[in-house]
Amino acid sequence: MNFDYTEEQTLLENMVTSFVRDDYDWDTRCSIVKTEEGWKEENWKKFAELGLLGVPFDEDQGGLGGEATDIMIVMEQFGKGLVVEPYMPSIILAGGLISKLGSADQKNSIIPEIISGDRRYVFAYAEPQSRFDLFDVKCSATLDGDNYIINGFKSVVFGAGMATHLIVSTRTEGDQRSKSGITLFLVDIKSDGITLQNYPTIDEYRASEVVIENLTVSKENILGELGNSYEAIEEQVDLSTIAICSEAVGILQVLKDSTNDYCKNRKQFGQSISANQAIQHRLVDMMIEYEQAKSILYMAITADLSNSDERRKAASAAKARIGKAIKFVGENAIQLHGGMGVVDEYMISHFFKRATMIGILFGNVDFHMKRYTDLTQSNIQSINEDDGINLS
Amino acid sequence: MDTAFSSEDLKFQSEVREFISSNYPKELKDSIGTKRKTGKELSRDDLMSWHKILGKHNGWSAPGWPKQYGGAEFSPTQKYIFEQECARAECQYIMPFGVNMVGPVIYTFGNDEQKAKHLPGILSGDVFWCQGYSEPGSGSDLASLKTSAVKEGDHYVVNGQKTWTTLAQHADWIFCLVRTNPDAEKPQQGISFLLIDMKTPGITVRPIKLMDGSHEVNETWFDNVKVPVENLIGQENMGWTYAKFLLAHERSGIAGVARSKKALERIKQIASAEMSYGEPLIQDPAFKSKIANAELELSSLEYTELRTLAKDSAGKGPGPESSLLKIKGTDIQQMVTELAMEAVGYYANPHLGTTLSNEYVGPDYATNLSGSYFNFRKASIYGGSNEIQRNIIAKMVLGL
Repeated sequence: MNFDYTEEQTLLENMVTSFVRDDYDWDTRCSIVKTEEGWKEENWKKFAELGLLGVPFDEDQGGLGGEATDIMIVMEQFGKGLVVEPYMPSIILAGGLISKLGSADQKNSIIPEIISGDRRYVFAYAEPQSRFDLFDVKCSATLDGDNYIINGFKSVVFGAGMATHLIVSTRTEGDQRSKSGITLFLVDIKSDGITLQNYPTIDEYRASEVVIENLTVSKENILGELGNSYEAIEEQVDLSTIAICSEAVGILQVLKDSTNDYCKNRKQFGQSISANQAIQHRLVDMMIEYEQAKSILYMAITADLSNSDERRKAASAAKARIGKAIKFVGENAIQLHGGMGVVDEYMISHFFKRATMIGILFGNVDFHMKRYTDLTQSNIQSINEDDGINLS
Repeated sequence: MDTAFSSEDLKFQSEVREFISSNYPKELKDSIGTKRKTGKELSRDDLMSWHKILGKHNGWSAPGWPKQYGGAEFSPTQKYIFEQECARAECQYIMPFGVNMVGPVIYTFGNDEQKAKHLPGILSGDVFWCQGYSEPGSGSDLASLKTSAVKEGDHYVVNGQKTWTTLAQHADWIFCLVRTNPDAEKPQQGISFLLIDMKTPGITVRPIKLMDGSHEVNETWFDNVKVPVENLIGQENMGWTYAKFLLAHERSGIAGVARSKKALERIKQIASAEMSYGEPLIQDPAFKSKIANAELELSSLEYTELRTLAKDSAGKGPGPESSLLKIKGTDIQQMVTELAMEAVGYYANPHLGTTLSNEYVGPDYATNLSGSYFNFRKASIYGGSNEIQRNIIAKMVLGL
């Protein structure tokens, strides 16, 4: 039993760490988020050169065949740099759907293009009424000869403004909240019938509202089986949830370490504020929350993610527990930075904002607590009267 | 990353499981089970007979001791597995005072005569030890202790009072921190480590009753107690160093993950039998969400412990991070004892097994659950209060 990285994983970590250090220092990051586009396409090319865009894909598609640990390594370091390029939305989530559901032809034509950085897919799933329910899909696709006509509205699609293509979840059958009857389509983002309204998010990433009006798509662009994609969507969102938990752990480390340093350096009443026990204990509790967050992430990474129940439990356990850590560590980081915590100019508030938005992404603490609870706590168990109760 | 155990470790696991199932006596299980159910105190035999069985089997009563002193010399992973299996089978846990506390001090700092005299009895479980550290005026600030030992010829004369002496009512020996130099520059420098036979004239043990009515701890008084000088461990006035060494050893298994897991399983069974809003309590959204929350905390802590274990196996620890295991481990124990009490509703009230009530009421599983809740408030106080643990992390880990 060990929590060590393999030699390849150590190399991967070093590579991402040096990218963040050399090409993504704080000033660079600040200038990127202020541009019109909100990201730097050159960085995407650099990711392609470094092989990062191929991490989760199969080796026979030209990828690295990486596993949950490899994705964690990349995301954790990206978290430390607050890297805004749409790696998770495009590579982990949309890329994962194509790997999972694509036909041989689709995979052969699309995945090499993703790995080379020439195409970026993002997944448009959320709708104004759906909140975190992936099966709540109103956006409709109706058969018309050899084509489908799609109509609907997709909300807060991360990275859509940077994408070349979309994967759109649509309803081809059943009620709005039915798990069956959901079909995915691959579409060029420049198609007639797609209108994007791009905007910055509070944490300086970019997202879009996507309006789809009478978009005509050929049957051939269906990804996966007609009306039968819910399970795959849930699976890829679970894996992406674990990926953003990794990003969060990277961010929490920065929040905790920076706050520690700040409290040592900040002097009041003639001494470091970290000389006060009230502050020391708060810093200790932040460190404990960070360690517990990292531990539950390791639990999720090493769980049997190929078993769907284990995967669901692992993703929700990690997201719920890390969501609590985000709130505790984030809010206390701001509090202990005092006035410096609440200004835009200093970096700590940016880490807090990103962590908080990760807390919402793919379902907040309440959502995942309920999901975890429903998965684990409903069984009636018989009581063995012979046992003494040993709570000590 | 690989959280699977190696095939040797898995083989070891089944060996331990097999040993427990064929050697843990049914009478002991029944005796302890009945006493817990009826809120009765465990006897010395209840506490020690499993230790004695393990003591006859390859040093398994002392998992961490080197083989040369008769211990099992388990690897960190084997120790972890051993603790897990004992907890899973709900074995009576091994009293820590001899095996985990004074034993390692004796074989590390003691002389050959002391090793020969004391280690076999600790190993076999024939000698029951207790710990004389805290005093009425010295809790968290242990170095301020006042119990004095004055050298007179070939013995020390000990005077003073120790308190919170756990299970001193059963003890044959006590290891004590005593002040041998009241004039030392720093209080830590005037302390020595003495082994004292509890039968020595001048020692009085008085019970302290805890709020659940249990008798676990005592006051121990020393009135001109004559202790032979050969009972001094190491050098005079170096006791603080040995005490700090001991604290590092005391930590193993402190998180209590396996036992808390078992307790949560038990609570789920109770909550399946109890009714709320006309349905089993386990289906009550508020209650099951609390159980789920405790499970998440426990699952995080389990992996924190495994990470510490991996570090330890690689020869890099455990360091002061073990304070984290103590803080979170006791948090969770308290969370769990509270949930158990909460699960039984009104039947948290009856205080049974006392001189005032010999009749039993309510479901068997409810007996003494409130007692456990009240009793376990101790967990965040003993072994260095959780505030002191935070001070240790602040200083040793965060460099504040």
